[in-house]
Amino acid sequence: MIETTQLSKKYGKVEVLNIASLEIPTGQSFGLVGNNGAGKTTYFNMLLDLIRPTMGSITNHDIVVNQSEAWKNFTGSFIDESFLIGYLTPDEYFDFIGDLRGMNKADVKLFLTQFGEFFNDEVLGKKKYLRDLSKGNQKKAGIIAAMMGNPKVVILDEPFANLDPTTQIRLKKILKTLTENKEITVLVSSHDLSHVTEVCERIVVLDKGHLVKDIETSQETLKELESYFSV
Amino acid sequence: MISHFLKLEWKQFFRSSSFSKSIGAKILIGFFGLYFTGCFLLIGIGAYWILKKQFPEQDPLVLVNSFLMYVIVADLIFRYLMQKLPVMNIKPLLVLPIQKSKIVHFILTKSSCSFFNILGLFFYVPFSVVLITQGYNLAGILGWLASMILIIQSVNFFNFLVNKNNSVLVGLLLLLIFGYFIQYFNWFDLPGFIGKGFDAVYQSPILSLLFLVMLIGLYMVNFKQLRNEVYLDALISEQTKEINSADLSFLEKLGDLAPFIKNDLRLIWRNKRTKSSVWMIAMGLLYGLFFYPNPMYADMEFIYVLVGIFSTGTLLINFGQFIPAWDSGYFNMLMSQNFKYERYLKSKFTIMAISVVALFVLGIPYIYFGWKVLLVHFAAMIYNLGVNTHVILLGGTFNRKRINLDEKAAFNFQGTGAVQWIIGIPLMILPMAIFGLINWLIGFEIATATIAVMGFIGIALHKKFMAAITKKYITNKYVMIHAFKQEN
Repeated sequence: MIETTQLSKKYGKVEVLNIASLEIPTGQSFGLVGNNGAGKTTYFNMLLDLIRPTMGSITNHDIVVNQSEAWKNFTGSFIDESFLIGYLTPDEYFDFIGDLRGMNKADVKLFLTQFGEFFNDEVLGKKKYLRDLSKGNQKKAGIIAAMMGNPKVVILDEPFANLDPTTQIRLKKILKTLTENKEITVLVSSHDLSHVTEVCERIVVLDKGHLVKDIETSQETLKELESYFSV
Repeated sequence: MISHFLKLEWKQFFRSSSFSKSIGAKILIGFFGLYFTGCFLLIGIGAYWILKKQFPEQDPLVLVNSFLMYVIVADLIFRYLMQKLPVMNIKPLLVLPIQKSKIVHFILTKSSCSFFNILGLFFYVPFSVVLITQGYNLAGILGWLASMILIIQSVNFFNFLVNKNNSVLVGLLLLLIFGYFIQYFNWFDLPGFIGKGFDAVYQSPILSLLFLVMLIGLYMVNFKQLRNEVYLDALISEQTKEINSADLSFLEKLGDLAPFIKNDLRLIWRNKRTKSSVWMIAMGLLYGLFFYPNPMYADMEFIYVLVGIFSTGTLLINFGQFIPAWDSGYFNMLMSQNFKYERYLKSKFTIMAISVVALFVLGIPYIYFGWKVLLVHFAAMIYNLGVNTHVILLGGTFNRKRINLDEKAAFNFQGTGAVQWIIGIPLMILPMAIFGLINWLIGFEIATATIAVMGFIGIALHKKFMAAITKKYITNKYVMIHAFKQEN
């Protein structure tokens, strides 16, 4: 369960985010949509305690994120390429993250075998540094790293951007299996309305920092969102 | 069109976000530049009389000519190491309606105005003026000077041609050594032979046109080569090489510090900026050779402390002062990962501590200069372990500048702020002062012991220090995250 109360972030006098209340129950697949500058990444950054809220707080499984670091044990995330270590090969990167998440080499190897199809032979075992991979392949590595070590919460910012259509479909499949047992909470932001409606059971629309829509996904959701954004 | 390019250059310089921040570093580089130009200017003015006085029976111009081969080759080697064609920032121009040949001409012309090309003029021009006032043939000197300028420009363009080719550098070095030896053993005077050629230019200035032809030729070759390479997959792309990952599994013994230490070793080996600092270690280790053989410093025992701190602590200083900025590129990720900050800092500490001990061991041959030297080095090692490691980690909490790992280290002041300069005081000056004072008041043994004891106290308090430093890092976390996001 992730609870957000009276959350506000201001830069000077400009308020970039203001969420009075938002509850994300455990096991939900949660989608965040909104135009540029709506506050999606700001929200995720605050959830990861990378920036501080001006007011209010976020609680991740009963832990206030900017007071204790215990949430790091069960939260995996990928925001952008700055989450990758450019001078490592993907394999070394997975080993490193695995180490931090209490997995040994064998665990890491076993974990990665599930994603052979997703990587499409372009990431693992290649003698290339992460910084030399294409944007899409970098993203694949980052997304999978976020799922390492049995996290209870997975946070992905714009996971579909830069991916090829096949990989997008495979990613949707992975995200769906992740939330199948209703144990892992998945938070995804996207500009692509059809992707989020497909993956997420609940969609929240942000506009200029405010929560303007909170929808249970249904047959009509995509149409509703499209009409909202086509103004 | 040219004015467009110039405007862009101007804006690039003044609008880079590091401009106002690293103004101190820029001023420092400016001072270096002024210092060199000043030196060249003075030598240029004085050379005639100095040579006249030292070698009264020889013509100064002929003497200078006989050394020109070394100057040119050394210039070429220096440029090879320091000067690169600035091609990367033309990428956004490629798709705009500008002829590619124009872009290439601009890059080449811009390179011919670089500091490397101007510096030499500060010698040649005043030297020529002096020669003219001393009654040398005006036309001859002008021809000679023109040849020099043309040669500098030719070297400039020649450098770009050989830049991708390491064997050329080796060849030039061999030529330099070879030329020196055959002159030394009086077999054949190659530099003198080349010097005769320059003498001939003075005799008949029309010969300087040959150098003009050479310059035009080199420019054309450069132009042709560049024009064919202004594509994303050629010149402008960074080459990706197949890499070999070294097996670092022996580090697993270090327990939960292992992942970070493995990473840091890879960081050092795999990035341009850090790789070139590895050379600094060699230089730091040999630092004592500047002082110890010189009888002038024989009585100044506090110099031992400086050399001791420096030679056992080069990695500590070079690597340590940019903690945690080395990790600035992926700092966000680290901060959302599941580990204790203390573990991260501890791994950095371990690397520094190991390097200090290792460098001390490598420096044991210094005993050649007396047991006192080695004793002080040992005390300095303890001081480095106990005091300087903690000081430098604490200094790291003031790091607010992102470091781009892919850039070269020489003359790269990226990430440098006031802290990096101020931190030198407790690091080196303080132990030197304490040692010097006690050595003067009481004696050598007590002074050495004091330095060592200070180090031991630091080691004893290691846990407390680390806890305090970690706390400081955690409170500074958000400021660092924000600062490391700022691209230059």
